[in-house]
Amino acid sequence: MADLRINFAGIRSPNPFWLASAPPTNSGAQIHRAFEAGWGGAVWKTIGAPVLNVSNRYGAWGFGHQRMLAINNVELISDRPLEVNLREIAEIKRAWPERAVIVSAMVESKAEAWREIVRRIEDTGADGIELNYGCPHGMSERGMGSAVGQVPEYCEQITRWVMEAAAIPVIVKLTPNVTNIVLPARAAVAAGANALSLINTINSIVGVDLDTLQLVPSIGGKGGHGGYAGPAVKPIALNMLAALGSDEVVAKSGLPISGMGGIATWQDAAQFLLLGASSLQLCTAVMHYGFRIIEDLCDGLSNWMDEKGFKTVAEVTGRSLHCVSDFKDLDLSFRAVARIDAEKCIQCNLCYVACNDTAHQCIDLVSREGKVVEPLSYDPRSNGKREAVETRPQPVVREDDCVGCRLCYNVCPVDNCIAMVELPSGRSPVTWGQLSERQPQVTEDWEAMNAYRQKAGIRIH
Amino acid sequence: MERNDAGKALAEQLPPLTPHEATVEADRCLYCYDAPCTHACPTHIDIPRFIKKIATGNLSGSARTILSSNLLGATCARVCPVQELCEGACVLGAEHKPISIGRLQRYAMDYLWRHNGNLPATAAPTGFSIAVIGAGPAGLSCAGELAKRGHAVTIFEKRALPGGLSTYGIIALREPMEVALEETRRIEGLGVRIETGVEFGKNLSLAALQKDFDAAVLGVGLGGTPRLGIDGEESAVDGLAYIEASKTDASSLKVGRSVIVIGAGNTAIDCATIAKRLGAARVTVVYRRSEREMTCYRHEYDFARSEGIEFRFLAQPARILRANGLVTGLECLRVQLGAPDASGRPAPAPVAGSEFVLEADQIVKAVGQEKPAVAALLGLETRKGFIAVDSDFKTSLDGVYAIGDCIRSTGAASTVMAVEDGKLAAEAIHEQLAQRAQRSALGARAASRQPRPDGAPTGRSSPAGGRLA
Repeated sequence: MADLRINFAGIRSPNPFWLASAPPTNSGAQIHRAFEAGWGGAVWKTIGAPVLNVSNRYGAWGFGHQRMLAINNVELISDRPLEVNLREIAEIKRAWPERAVIVSAMVESKAEAWREIVRRIEDTGADGIELNYGCPHGMSERGMGSAVGQVPEYCEQITRWVMEAAAIPVIVKLTPNVTNIVLPARAAVAAGANALSLINTINSIVGVDLDTLQLVPSIGGKGGHGGYAGPAVKPIALNMLAALGSDEVVAKSGLPISGMGGIATWQDAAQFLLLGASSLQLCTAVMHYGFRIIEDLCDGLSNWMDEKGFKTVAEVTGRSLHCVSDFKDLDLSFRAVARIDAEKCIQCNLCYVACNDTAHQCIDLVSREGKVVEPLSYDPRSNGKREAVETRPQPVVREDDCVGCRLCYNVCPVDNCIAMVELPSGRSPVTWGQLSERQPQVTEDWEAMNAYRQKAGIRIH
Repeated sequence: MERNDAGKALAEQLPPLTPHEATVEADRCLYCYDAPCTHACPTHIDIPRFIKKIATGNLSGSARTILSSNLLGATCARVCPVQELCEGACVLGAEHKPISIGRLQRYAMDYLWRHNGNLPATAAPTGFSIAVIGAGPAGLSCAGELAKRGHAVTIFEKRALPGGLSTYGIIALREPMEVALEETRRIEGLGVRIETGVEFGKNLSLAALQKDFDAAVLGVGLGGTPRLGIDGEESAVDGLAYIEASKTDASSLKVGRSVIVIGAGNTAIDCATIAKRLGAARVTVVYRRSEREMTCYRHEYDFARSEGIEFRFLAQPARILRANGLVTGLECLRVQLGAPDASGRPAPAPVAGSEFVLEADQIVKAVGQEKPAVAALLGLETRKGFIAVDSDFKTSLDGVYAIGDCIRSTGAASTVMAVEDGKLAAEAIHEQLAQRAQRSALGARAASRQPRPDGAPTGRSSPAGGRLA
């Protein structure tokens, strides 16, 4: 059995799954139930400056009948009195000493205010503090949240104030609403933070109601950007996580990273670990299905680790980071082509239309007699299921022309029907970086490029 | 059985999809390209397109997509043997459940009707007028398609109500009469005139048609139930009349306690279902061949069995038994199947001396329909007794076309095939008339005749100046 326990910057928890600072961690009663369900830790919903909330604060984006592939919110930090929160934090920590209790904080950008909140949090016995530099709505208009996270200098300054005051581990939570996530992360490193976490929510507008022409959701006729989270943001979060793991300064600092942003299943969790996270935070999936999802998160992750021979979470962390590469370091001679398994193919022709209309026109429709036929070429006077099924052509990839773009693989609705098959290209491995160094004219001049292609046997149809 | 109970017993079998059901089902559609469902549909409705429109909430667009290929979308949604056509060809059928295309089509059509959406717009008047004989699915489809192209169309219908078999001959639990009649009204909305109570060969002559119309289309369907030639046959109830009574006045339909239906086509299944639903304790379908040769669709057979209807195969009706003027049973002979006959099915050979009696107090005869009588009336060429037509649906008589069941000498007759015939014939007629108009315009120019002031013909003249035949 894999050991799921973690020690994250000195914060211990029985498994890597923490509830993110968000509505699920709004109160002691909720966290108590979450811990009963098996959550390894919880980051208390941000405490700090006084606030008032609005109705219709959550919007959601779905697709077809998949509800809430992402949630969008304009809920502010905790609207419960500070004293109530602090008292409940202390109670929870006392009741659950082996679980991680971290408190998210956000106060005015003044040294004294930060020192004061750090002191009060430490008095509760909490295991750590998470600095909320990410909230993209409301608080940012008051100079807090992402207004801090978006400016590396502010990020560094406030972190320094906190580090001077704090005795317990401090995690800096980064906002994704920046062009380069590395810069605020470096600022946190420079200020001596103990750990990083990412991503906070992304600026977003969910939609417009086509009857009322008002924003969705409408808050008394108005709306605005809210924080976007949930399964739909996972690829964005993974990219930012990998960017930190690949950055020399951040990687060298050795700061652990708590990963979050769209984690809904143990598979998502494993991917975050592989790209450098050593603890994981969840919110949207819990808001969709409740605390009970922790059971399969742990069970599935543990079983997968057993299958792969990973004994601890630390062994998984960062395991795939070495694959993260810039385009210039990819092998231009690597060749894969799509191959359709005619036995599995249901002849929906989604691969055909995608390739033909939008990619590289290298899938043919082949009749039973082996002839390439045009779509919609049946006799309009023919009909019936037998005729339609038995005369239906089969999509076949012309492998010589296939550039291996992988679009057909992505649109095919049948599992394992289209495979990307690696074929020898007959060319020695070479990257764009190497090419730029060795034959710079090839990368700068079309004529040289054409000559290079001809010599290398690269044909683009 | 009280009228309301009878109505309930034969109420439409499948409920309409709820909006939630419809969008969940529509979302399941893969949106195949050059989809097999569309190929399998005789009218080639762009099924993925109309389903996608349901998924996006564009319901009127969905219904118009259906109507652009099939003006009788509401009827076809209900009566089509979808298992043999679109749904049978669905790529999801092999491993999952095919998309419920028929029910989605009904959902879109219901929406259009409920919101009083119009049928496709019609073109400017051409001045040509066309007569359609028979207001069944073939005639309605043809008339509607011609009207869309700007032709003046009159349908002559011998019955009191239009709709043909949709109105009178399909069990209400598959298609309620109101649906057929509403669909007819929509076709009239395209400008088609329907004159009921006019029977070709009785109060309408070929000469009259030739005088007033540029083309005539026969969509007359088939005749009555053929004679079995057995003793006591006059005591048997006609199957089509049985269905008709169940639709027009179910409460007055006399249903026996123990009913035998002779024949094993879809009409026989409908009759058996009506008998069972309207109170018969026992209903037996008697068929002289075996289960394998039945002409009803497999799903109809399965449905009948789920209704508790019994089947007696390899039984040749020989005599209807009566006592005191009342039916008491059907005497049959056992049958052995022999070599294939003209229909390609094994010929049934009654075994001498194998008589046995099936008790019954009502016997319904549903053994197909007579060939169209109009063929002989007009001296039209025929094929196996059906009206012979070329690929443009032209009969051997100039200017006279034929469509629907009356030409269906091969393959199973069905509503959707009739609709497609009507559509294709309309295209052919339109093409023909357009050529005639062009020729006449050229001729008119050559003769330096002045064009009509309004550019359009009036009254009984036509752009061609010529008439049918």
